Amino acid sequence: MSSPWACAVPDLREDRLRTVVVWPPQPGRAVSDTLPAMEPDEELLRRLRAGDEQAFVALVERYNGSMLRLALSFVPSRAVAEEVVQDTWLAVLRGLAGFEGRSSLRTWMFTILANRARTTGARELRSIPVADAGPVVDASRFGPDGSWSVPPEHWVEEAEERIEAGKLTGLLRSAMDSLPARQREVVLLRDVEGLTSTEVCSVLAISEANQRVLLHRGRGKLRQVLEAELGGSR
Amino acid sequence: MRLISRRGLGAGLGRGLVCQQAVELVTLYLEGALRGAERRRFEKHLAGCPHCTEYLAQIRETIRLAGRVTPGDLTPQMRVDLTDLYRRWREEG
Repeated sequence: MSSPWACAVPDLREDRLRTVVVWPPQPGRAVSDTLPAMEPDEELLRRLRAGDEQAFVALVERYNGSMLRLALSFVPSRAVAEEVVQDTWLAVLRGLAGFEGRSSLRTWMFTILANRARTTGARELRSIPVADAGPVVDASRFGPDGSWSVPPEHWVEEAEERIEAGKLTGLLRSAMDSLPARQREVVLLRDVEGLTSTEVCSVLAISEANQRVLLHRGRGKLRQVLEAELGGSR
Repeated sequence: MRLISRRGLGAGLGRGLVCQQAVELVTLYLEGALRGAERRRFEKHLAGCPHCTEYLAQIRETIRLAGRVTPGDLTPQMRVDLTDLYRRWREEG
């Protein structure tokens, strides 16, 4: 494969780097929060290697949705994205024997997917994220001295009381879909799938600095959507 | 606004942050990428600014709620296709 993106192999040092202390602690992102009582990937991997079809189905149920969304940001249509995802699952099955667990299973799978989607989409060199470098809060919200003139209204603890949970996640899902592709990819992998920044950089073949810029813009826009829904008139 | 964007975020560390600069540092802060004096400057601003504290809380809540999003259901057809794919792979043996 000649694509410059096709060689994004998970970094061998990833496990070591992952222990970097993040301060302050990530808010409310304990695994148990989002993945209640799920069998760990390692266990599914073990069963899959033992030839358990149900383990494959469980893995598909867990990751197919994110894979499809990630693929969609590289290729032009859902049909093509579905093909890329199917190819990826086949590559995962064929690669199982050689998978050494140097990265996590999902990082390995997302990397295969991103490489395939990129090759299939033949997306020309991806635009530099700084091209979308507008402020994360509209300038009209600040006075001439740079302090808030229209400060954020308080809604944080009320979000789930004021909007039914299904509507809230639906709102966020469509907000994510309307993010620029690269922001969507990073937000999906970081905040929906819960990958670490190191894993995301590895999957998408981007630098830490780019990852942060994309995450910053993406999260900022999701916050705006929530604010528009929950924060009264804004 | 014009003043601030010209001056940029890297403006003299001795000077305090204004809100418009602080909100642009939130992700760096949450990622643990603000170090030393930068971080102290950010935290000092937060300590005196309820609005930016609110903004940070909203970003945290946004992240938490994003973690609840399920990325889409498997359609029955996709489930069938992928189960077939698994069985074909098994036969490849």
